[in-house]
Amino acid sequence: MPDPTITLEIFRYHPEQNETPSFRRYEIPYREDWVVLDAINYIKDHIDGTLAYRWSCRMGVCGSCGMMINGTPRLSCAAFLREYYPNPVRVEPLANFPVERDLVIALDDFMHKLREVNPWLIRAHEQPLSDGEYRQTPDEVAAYKQYSMCINCMLCYAACPVYALEPRFLGPAAIALAQRYNLDSRDQGRSQREAVLSSEDGIWDCTLVGECTVACPEHVDPAGAIQRAKLASTIDWYKRVLMPWGGR
Amino acid sequence: MTGPYRRPVPSTWWLHNRAYFLFMLRELTSVFIAAYLILLLILLYRLNAGRGAYESYLRFLGAPGMVTFHVIALAAALFHTVTWFNLTPKVLVVRVGARRVPAPIIAGVNYAAWIVFSALVAWIVLRG
Repeated sequence: MPDPTITLEIFRYHPEQNETPSFRRYEIPYREDWVVLDAINYIKDHIDGTLAYRWSCRMGVCGSCGMMINGTPRLSCAAFLREYYPNPVRVEPLANFPVERDLVIALDDFMHKLREVNPWLIRAHEQPLSDGEYRQTPDEVAAYKQYSMCINCMLCYAACPVYALEPRFLGPAAIALAQRYNLDSRDQGRSQREAVLSSEDGIWDCTLVGECTVACPEHVDPAGAIQRAKLASTIDWYKRVLMPWGGR
Repeated sequence: MTGPYRRPVPSTWWLHNRAYFLFMLRELTSVFIAAYLILLLILLYRLNAGRGAYESYLRFLGAPGMVTFHVIALAAALFHTVTWFNLTPKVLVVRVGARRVPAPIIAGVNYAAWIVFSALVAWIVLRG
């Protein structure tokens, strides 16, 4: 009996050769313990060295190998061939992003949005070093820990139809990260992030499709983070309107 | 040499994935609920206009097409309510000490309130 094989259909785009992308089929050995990234590495090493894609850690930590696998955004290092065998596997660059080349997407928009939400601890008054670190109780850590697990893999953006239709939308990961710092007891920068979060392209663009949370490999639950940000922003609005003397 | 390639989003994007389809279905339920509310407002207007106007409107509502519409509108309202209630635990994060109140309890409170208010409305309408 011949060794089993599996077919990969890979999205190819070489802007210097063709203006439009096409799919190319590769038949490669099937190994039960291979993930899609192993298969792509095999193609790159043995069949077609011109294939371009991003990867690094191969263990779901770096967040660089996200791809559309049979139409679903996944980390290619965590998608086993055996989930698809004997059917062919269709591999495309992450949806909703411009494609630079083959499976490589342009990151500029995401990087810009990440910076916009000031994802770092903001203090009104820094305490002197001699006072020691800002200490937190386990409960205070638990309040934001889940949202700090994001690996910036952008699968949530590829899963979000709002981002597909409104590319200006701030998007799931950036909002979840803003929420991560807003919920941190050491942070005092919520009002600085509010302008971006509550802007026209911020949290109110989200219609709660919820697929960002389904796609997230780190169980960050960006959809939950966005809805909580909406609730917090609404409470702020009522406080301002009903208690204008209250201050914040 | 061309720049980065932007893939077009087909207008049928919501038919390609079950979750997107259910989401669009939930959004579309609002059309039926809005139409039902318009019929309800007309009912109030006709009630104010007099007995004849009210009774002729009731006959119009009793036509098979209108009954079918109301059955669909009820199904749409139930689908919207159930899917929305099931999403409330995402929005409401209630902590008791270090523990997060489990999702079924948060959704359950909504269902309980729904039953109480429905019973109250039924009592007002049906007491005669």
